[in-house]
Amino acid sequence: MRNPYLPYPVRIDKITTETVDRNLKTFRFVFLNPEDEEKFAYTPGQFAELSIPGKGEIPIGIASSPTEKGFVAFTVNKVGLVSSYLHNMQEGEVMGIRGPLGNWYPWDEMEGQNVIIVGGGFAFTTLRSSIIYMLDPQNRPKFKDIIVVYGARNPGMLLYRDELAAWEQRDDIHMHITVDGTDDPDWKYNVGFVPAITEKKITSAEDAIAIVCGPPIMIKFTQPVLEKLGFPPEKIILSLEMRMKCGIGICGRCNIGDQYVCKDGPVFSLAKLKKMPPEY
Amino acid sequence: MTDKIFTKDEWLERLGGVKGDYKVFVPVKDGDFHMFAPIDSGKKPDFSYQNTRLSPKGLVYPQSERIFEYSLDKQDEDAFIVKEAPKDYAPQAVVGIRPCDAQAFQIVKINFDNKEFRDPWWVQRFESSVLIGLGCNEPCDTCFCNSVGGGPFSEKGLDALLFDLGDAFLVRVITEKGQAFVDKVGGGAEAAQDAVDKAKRLALEAEGRMTSKVPTDKLKDKVVLDLFNAPFWDEVAFACINCGTCTYLCPTCWCFDIQDEAYGKQGDRLRNWDSCMYPLFTLHGSGHNPRDKKFQRVRQRFMHKLKYYVDKYGDGVQCSGCGRCVRYCPVNIDIRKVCARMNAYEG
Ligand SMILES: Cc1cc2nc3c(=O)[nH]c(=O)nc-3n(C[C@H](O)[C@H](O)[C@H](O)COP(=O)(O)OP(=O)(O)OC[C@H]3O[C@@H](n4cnc5c(N)ncnc54)[C@H](O)[C@@H]3O)c2cc1C
Ligand code: SF4
Ligand code: SF4
Ligand code: FES
Repeated sequence: MRNPYLPYPVRIDKITTETVDRNLKTFRFVFLNPEDEEKFAYTPGQFAELSIPGKGEIPIGIASSPTEKGFVAFTVNKVGLVSSYLHNMQEGEVMGIRGPLGNWYPWDEMEGQNVIIVGGGFAFTTLRSSIIYMLDPQNRPKFKDIIVVYGARNPGMLLYRDELAAWEQRDDIHMHITVDGTDDPDWKYNVGFVPAITEKKITSAEDAIAIVCGPPIMIKFTQPVLEKLGFPPEKIILSLEMRMKCGIGICGRCNIGDQYVCKDGPVFSLAKLKKMPPEY
Repeated sequence: MTDKIFTKDEWLERLGGVKGDYKVFVPVKDGDFHMFAPIDSGKKPDFSYQNTRLSPKGLVYPQSERIFEYSLDKQDEDAFIVKEAPKDYAPQAVVGIRPCDAQAFQIVKINFDNKEFRDPWWVQRFESSVLIGLGCNEPCDTCFCNSVGGGPFSEKGLDALLFDLGDAFLVRVITEKGQAFVDKVGGGAEAAQDAVDKAKRLALEAEGRMTSKVPTDKLKDKVVLDLFNAPFWDEVAFACINCGTCTYLCPTCWCFDIQDEAYGKQGDRLRNWDSCMYPLFTLHGSGHNPRDKKFQRVRQRFMHKLKYYVDKYGDGVQCSGCGRCVRYCPVNIDIRKVCARMNAYEG
């Protein structure tokens, strides 16, 4: 059995600054040993440990989709020791990634359903992975309507702006982009908080599953909106964060009750969460 | 298999003789307390002890362990590539381990060695260890192993068990691994019936002397949220100073941290025991902390051992009844009382 703590060596292939405050960057990695890419077979919703020798490891959601070949990508917010160091690294430098880790969005259950995606702030990463995955011609027929509500504080804080604009033009995905506020007179999309826009734009819970990712406050106010629309807690899917180390359910750090967020999560249905201690 | 008998002198002398085949650890006195040390550490082996202050879990799962190494020198071809640190997994024997501490390895095994993931370091060191127990003629008044599936002469998790008959040890082999070790030790004599009877009597008497009875039978039927929201956690935690002693001494606490350390152009990745009693344990980078209050951390420790583990694995509590946390907690927080309270709580 492969040592589950040992990262695959990768090279930073491309760095993109995503937001105007420069606090979010997307890192594309290429595996030093091509055969490792196959071993790193992942499903949207999973995460990995970015492993920087000399600094440490941080759990980050996988932002690329398995349908994109030749690289894996992560979008990282600059917060503390490891993420700040990573922000100063250059294309071409070598580090490690370890994974894929955790469970994924319930793709089997989502087949044949309308998929509602509600995202806020930089938690949009695994949602990007999911959208790219669903829009792949091989996969698109498996889902009915795809409706996305995505918000950030202001236009400059939206991730993946080029892709958002391209999705806006398509008719096989319905985008509702929003910002909390803006002084840009040319702003073409919505203004308002994510829960309010969700209430306005989502009209039915019929044959639908909702995936919600964002800051705790957004999740807290989006939940009642979805419940009012008639989403049962089994069909509201959330992705959680906890401080982590091993990422494989051994170090004991990330538990909520008897569940390890790193192994039994990070994806949980609201129905499941309601039975767990509210300690997250 | 028949029991063997050794005079204590012969046993000790022969233990010294297996050094070439096993690294042998024995209890020694260190200041006011006992600990496990290599047989050739220069300290006299002392089998007339109650239990070591620090549990022997560190012999399988070191308190601080170098797991990986790497070069940070850009000139090196393999710079920044993380590699396994070389390790020695030569056979080791822990001789004189108490039954509760041996059972503790079985309790934590499911964490380190399960269907999905195997912790390679724990597993290899555990598999290269032989555990030779020493039955407890005189259990402490804080011991409660017999409430949690063990007993002062329990064979669970042991490869062989020693009975202290006064001037001699009766050695009972339990597993093949234990047989191989006892064969290497050699010597001894077949135990006579009166020695076997005496061993049996000692075990019965020890059981009879155990006064702590801790009820755990109802824990699994409780609703987790009822226990989580029970009104007594503030009171249980009131005196706790979050020192972490209970978790470090505990043979069944397994939580760890992973840290990188760099020395010039060379670096190591280490894993170190950690403790849920510390606020940093769950602090997010954003500043959010799901367990920022003391009572939440105290609740986590007891709920983990006595409810989450019970629910997750369906195989009893995550406690082997050694009583260390009761003996050494500076403010006398007593897991036996907390367990009884949880077991009796009606939501
Ligand atoms: C499943 C999952 C997915 C995530 N996805 C993303 C993502 O896509 N983009 C992103 O920017 N951030 C994401 N995060 C949060 C990210 O892990 C933290 O921001 C990061 O660990 C901070 O590390 P640091 O060293 O910069 O901060 P420090 O505060 O210096 O942290 C020190 C150590 O604490 C731990 N730690 C601190 N905060 C967290 C946290 N929130 N979660 C887990 N471990 C933590 C890490 O082990 C870290 O090495 C995710 C977290 C989880 C659990
Ligand atoms: S030993 Fe006692 S005071 Fe220290 S953390 Fe444990 S319960 Fe609290
Ligand atoms: S919680 Fe206390 S009694 Fe239980 S195993 Fe740990 S140290 Fe021993
Ligand atoms: S991060 Fe180690 S158990 Fe989840």
